[in-house]
Amino acid sequence: MRATRQLIGLVLVLGLAARPATCGDLKDLYFGEALYHAYQGQYFDALQRLDTELAQYHVLDEPKLDTLHYHINDAEFSVGDFELDYRMHQRAGRAIKAVLEGAVDEAVRNEAAFRLARIHFQKGQLDDALQALARIKGTVPEEIKGDLEFLQANVYMATGQPGEAVKVLSQLRSNERLAGFVAYNLSIALLQDGRTQEAIEQLDKAGQLPADDPATLAIRDKSNLVLGTMLFESGNFERARQSLDRVHLEGPFSNQALLRAGWAEASALQYDRALVPWNILVGREPTDAAVQEVILAVPHAYASLKLHGRAALLYGRALELFSNQIERVDASIRSIREGQFLNALIREESREDETWVIRLRNLPDAPETYYLMELMASHDFQTALHNYLDLEDLRSRFIAWKTSLDAFDDIIRLRGQNYEPLLPEVDAQFRELDSRIRLRLEQRKHLAERLQAILIAPRPGYLATAEEQIAGERSALIEKRLGNSNDPESLALRQRAVRLRGALTWRLETEYNDRLTAAYVHLNELKAPLDALTRQYDAFVGTRQAATHSYVGYDVQIARLRERVGDALQRVDMLIARQGHMIETVAINQLEARRERLAVQQTAARFGVADSYDRAARAPSDAGGQ
Amino acid sequence: MGPVAAQGSTTVRPSQSTTYTVTAKGPGGSAHVSAQVTITSAPPQAAVQKPSQEDISSDQQQMRGLDEQIQEIKSDSLRMSAELSQLEEKLLYPSGTQVAIFVEIAKGDTMRLDAVRLQIDGQLVAHYIYSAKELQALRKGGVQRIYVGNVATGDHKLDVLVDGKLEGGADFSRTGQFTFRKEVKPRLVGLTLAGPRSGNTPITLGDW
Repeated sequence: MRATRQLIGLVLVLGLAARPATCGDLKDLYFGEALYHAYQGQYFDALQRLDTELAQYHVLDEPKLDTLHYHINDAEFSVGDFELDYRMHQRAGRAIKAVLEGAVDEAVRNEAAFRLARIHFQKGQLDDALQALARIKGTVPEEIKGDLEFLQANVYMATGQPGEAVKVLSQLRSNERLAGFVAYNLSIALLQDGRTQEAIEQLDKAGQLPADDPATLAIRDKSNLVLGTMLFESGNFERARQSLDRVHLEGPFSNQALLRAGWAEASALQYDRALVPWNILVGREPTDAAVQEVILAVPHAYASLKLHGRAALLYGRALELFSNQIERVDASIRSIREGQFLNALIREESREDETWVIRLRNLPDAPETYYLMELMASHDFQTALHNYLDLEDLRSRFIAWKTSLDAFDDIIRLRGQNYEPLLPEVDAQFRELDSRIRLRLEQRKHLAERLQAILIAPRPGYLATAEEQIAGERSALIEKRLGNSNDPESLALRQRAVRLRGALTWRLETEYNDRLTAAYVHLNELKAPLDALTRQYDAFVGTRQAATHSYVGYDVQIARLRERVGDALQRVDMLIARQGHMIETVAINQLEARRERLAVQQTAARFGVADSYDRAARAPSDAGGQ
Repeated sequence: MGPVAAQGSTTVRPSQSTTYTVTAKGPGGSAHVSAQVTITSAPPQAAVQKPSQEDISSDQQQMRGLDEQIQEIKSDSLRMSAELSQLEEKLLYPSGTQVAIFVEIAKGDTMRLDAVRLQIDGQLVAHYIYSAKELQALRKGGVQRIYVGNVATGDHKLDVLVDGKLEGGADFSRTGQFTFRKEVKPRLVGLTLAGPRSGNTPITLGDW
């Protein structure tokens, strides 16, 4: 069962990759910008933008007026997805927890719980995943129903409850998108539940599902390979062969399938039939472990068929091939130790598409990566490798930030040099203008108050012109000087003065309404220039403040940031060295393990050559027939 | 092997090729039959040798330890980056003069956007050529901040030139002229682009 166990261990996370939150019609440009970066795999930029947006959103007095409000749940979900994609598992899920705790409707809360459970599952926190799943109650959005049940089943399987997983998966089989994964996982759940016969039947079904996309085709091939291996291990060679024959010849599992199909025949002593799949396999990439195994298996089959001459020839070729491969592996180990592997990994041009690992071998000075394909495909290695690349990316950013901070210092210094000589004079002029402006504003205010007052208690005298006021004052003065004298001249003058006062009073009283209206009109006419003056005043104050803000008050912040960036650069250099060393060590361990295996195979080939020649010599008719 | 029972079977495990001779003796005499068993070396079937459990756990532990430190430095970097971009905005694009122009592709539009050129008040401010990855991100609904700069408060003229290709490979080019008003707060200008065959206006200035 060892081979079967090795084969089935990979499928749990398949089909559960996080999909970006759908956003419908976009209302917030900055959320759209975060998605733009995320869609290009630039998760650092996406996270930085979205973190900033969310932080600003959460301190708003009226968040409902903000455009992010339309996408707030998607935004919180997306942060979790981006953090996972950026391999920040410790942080991932915090934003989603905020949605769970918030006042949201049932469907949104259930989606949040599902996403949180998925994050916990991917982080290997199975109890937390179960707890999150337990929070799902009531309405579940239709589009996540299938994914939710698939996740539940996977969590059950991972927590040693295959019986529960079987229950969930049995009723989930109708979901088209997940059909292949569901069928396969159901068989594995049955197997884990000890229902071997049912598992075999289920694997048989999973291995014959219609498949038109590469993922479903791959999982179908895997089902057939696992089934074939199980049947082979239980001695049912004929059914094993049938199952293995169904594996797609060009798929990722074809080498293993061909190898096992041959062994199924060979175990039934059908060596001539074993040679059919093995001869297909033997011509494939010679660094593949299955191909290397078959390079020895083919002469073994010929020897079993008593064709010792042919066996000797093929053992000879195998010996040569293993010697060459050992040299290649040694060269690769040397190359890795010289740092070529890490150099190749961080080359920008080598990472432009998904097959970059395969294309590494075409680069000059790159080590042999065929032997590392299996290692490089493993989840741990991929995480380690991406972390290494992330660290390199961070390092480039820190260096750019240091340059930016230097540039900011320069900008601030130049602005200071420009403004400092100018500002005292500007400020002096402004102070003078400011006092004049304030005086005029005060005068207008006073006039407005007076007008308001005479509306309540009419005071026609307030609306007299300057000339009338002077005339009134002069006549009052004349009357005062004349006193109470009764001489005829004084009496005549007093009467004239009284008439003059009466004429003035008459004019003021009769023209009062017109004058009041005119005064209001004039006061209103003042409004436009005073408003313009106020705007200009505010604009000047704003510009004046901006001038100061453009170079004052940054020193402490920049100094602190420079220190933090410097520290981070040191840390990242240390981490790059350690992570790089770790990757190299793992790669070298892998190559050394393959080297040991090659050495064993080389010895077997050497023995095979000698043995076959010996037998061929003893049976000359056979040798003559080759 | 010595004497065996007259009936039944026995198992032999020869380590090399051996000829076995059975001699049966009875009242009627004796008979001999020989059988040759040929041993050939079987190729090893074991899978690639794995490192020992101790090695795995030590490697994994070291990897996990490093992974945690890497996550910490990522968190720190995100915080620093946010602070730095705020500082940059305050220093280089204060809100009183800031204008940011964004580009998006109309939902479901299949045109291939090649380049966008922007002029503000007759001055070239951005000329962007799109990679396949960027185009894909735009098609999925991402929004690109194509330009951030400073303008004075008041009205400004924005000229937009869009170059692209139709599904059949034919080139197309569209221009648009717009006016936007800059107030005291930062001005966000959104441009929605659509292909000539979509039936939508080729360039729309959004109100954000």
